[in-house]
Amino acid sequence: MFEQQLINALSLGSVYALFALGFTLVFGVLGVINLSHGAIFMLGSYIALLLVQQFQMSLWLAMLAAMLICGLIGIIVDFLVLRPLRKRNAPHLSPMIATIGVAIMLTNIAQGIFGAENKRFPFGTIPEDSFSLGNLHLTAVQLAIILISFALMMVLLVLMRRTQLGRALRAIAESPKAAYLLGINVEGLFFLTSFAAAALGGAAGVLVGLSFNAISPFMGQPMLHKGIAVIILGGMGDIRGAMIGGLFLGLAEVMSVAYLSSDFRDAIAFGLLFLILLVRPSGMFGKISERKA
Amino acid sequence: MAEWWDGFWAIYSTVIFGIGINAMLALSIYLTLSCGLLSLANAAFMGIGAYAAAMISMQTELPFGLALLASAVTPAIVALIIGIPVLRLSGVYLAMATLGFGEVVRVIVLNMDITGGPMGLNGIPLKTEWWHIALILAATLFVLGRLRRSKVGRAFEAIKEDDIAARLMGVHVARYKLLAFVLGAVIAGLAGGLNAHYTFTIGPGNYAFENAVDILTMAVFGGTSNLIGPLLGSTILSLLPEIMRSMKDFRLAANGLILIIVILYLPKGIWAPSRIRNWRRQQTASTSGKEA
Repeated sequence: MFEQQLINALSLGSVYALFALGFTLVFGVLGVINLSHGAIFMLGSYIALLLVQQFQMSLWLAMLAAMLICGLIGIIVDFLVLRPLRKRNAPHLSPMIATIGVAIMLTNIAQGIFGAENKRFPFGTIPEDSFSLGNLHLTAVQLAIILISFALMMVLLVLMRRTQLGRALRAIAESPKAAYLLGINVEGLFFLTSFAAAALGGAAGVLVGLSFNAISPFMGQPMLHKGIAVIILGGMGDIRGAMIGGLFLGLAEVMSVAYLSSDFRDAIAFGLLFLILLVRPSGMFGKISERKA
Repeated sequence: MAEWWDGFWAIYSTVIFGIGINAMLALSIYLTLSCGLLSLANAAFMGIGAYAAAMISMQTELPFGLALLASAVTPAIVALIIGIPVLRLSGVYLAMATLGFGEVVRVIVLNMDITGGPMGLNGIPLKTEWWHIALILAATLFVLGRLRRSKVGRAFEAIKEDDIAARLMGVHVARYKLLAFVLGAVIAGLAGGLNAHYTFTIGPGNYAFENAVDILTMAVFGGTSNLIGPLLGSTILSLLPEIMRSMKDFRLAANGLILIIVILYLPKGIWAPSRIRNWRRQQTASTSGKEA
């Protein structure tokens, strides 16, 4: 059933890509490894669940709201934690550790509020339909995941490549100082980037919550690991690279489970990461740029 | 007095053991940081050391000393092998690669039969006495203290400040980086070996990402400009859960908050000699200003 595995790989990989997109966006524009991205991903899932359960929102409206709330959390984290470090010109280790602190806090708070056990979406809220094409099965959730992920990725790609906003962001990625001198509102765009990245992370959280129908406070950590692997595969800060890297990781994982053994599934991501870093530290599609004396 | 002490020891010996182990781990990452390497592999090296020592103690009749020796040598060999390719990376890339290495080690341990798989190893003989930890910690401190003032320590510092400049000055950068990496692995491995012989049981989950982060946190929290920082950081962070027992569910959240606050307001850690010197200078300046 190679074709079926391909479909599974596509749906898994597009979630990885979506998650890694926000991760890579923050690295590209802010130059920061935001290790709280996994925790925000987890919160996205809980927020959608809460909205569906408590306010009887429709699933897709809840997803939109979850993205918005996650985005706001992203801005708050940026304002309270990343901005002071930016102002001080702190070494890149500092935001990494500070966002680990954020991740620990958010995870623990979620555990305190929602409990450590797995939560599920109420019965009947997840569409159960599935489509068959010959031998191939595609559930509605899988289809939605693929469509939504690709739609969001396309929006981001067009935004970055074709608009004035994207040009400004790329200028900041090149040099925040030069961008500032050119009259670009750098601080504002940093906030916007944090918002967008967290919103994408939240969306990925909702989609993963839907596809496995299991939400736990600890779901962020493994996803964060995958995200790290993906952005290294694709080259850090590279948006297209994150998309292709995500799909590639999804493919590698699904195929290894299907044709090798499920034992080493979690090692695939990091095995790949390890190899890529040794052979091509700039990622599969990155350009080598080395500081020379 | 004796009774009081027995009671105290019965309750708190694990905490005190933990402080000693954590101090060694914090020192192991201090060593790599002092050479400008952000390596997050120390939890994995601790695990390798712990498994090596525990397997020797459980399956052979060899003395404890040899098991500890294995817990130092095995991670050193692994560090030597992966260090040569990995240490070409720097900064965030090195952090990610070493994190990846740690995860690969965890999954391998999880899936091997001789390591007990997900169940880990149980029934490791209890051989670690408090003075083993104290002795090895003291030896580590002594070696690292001597190292700081030696040619090697100066080379580390030069590489940390600017590795290209160091290379131009004739410092053999790759070799010194490898030395720091391997020595860090030895210290972490010893901590693992000691730890395994008093916790009775070890598992693959004990040496994962969270632990790598914990180790880094202890060193950064304390400050990495000298040896006192990691000691102080590991002691405080080992005691913190005991102190904050009353907070129950939100204990970890407080931990995270402390981490953020330290990074934001005490960027050099809580023990930073330069800050203390500056503060002293201000004090003397203000008092002498008043006299004049």
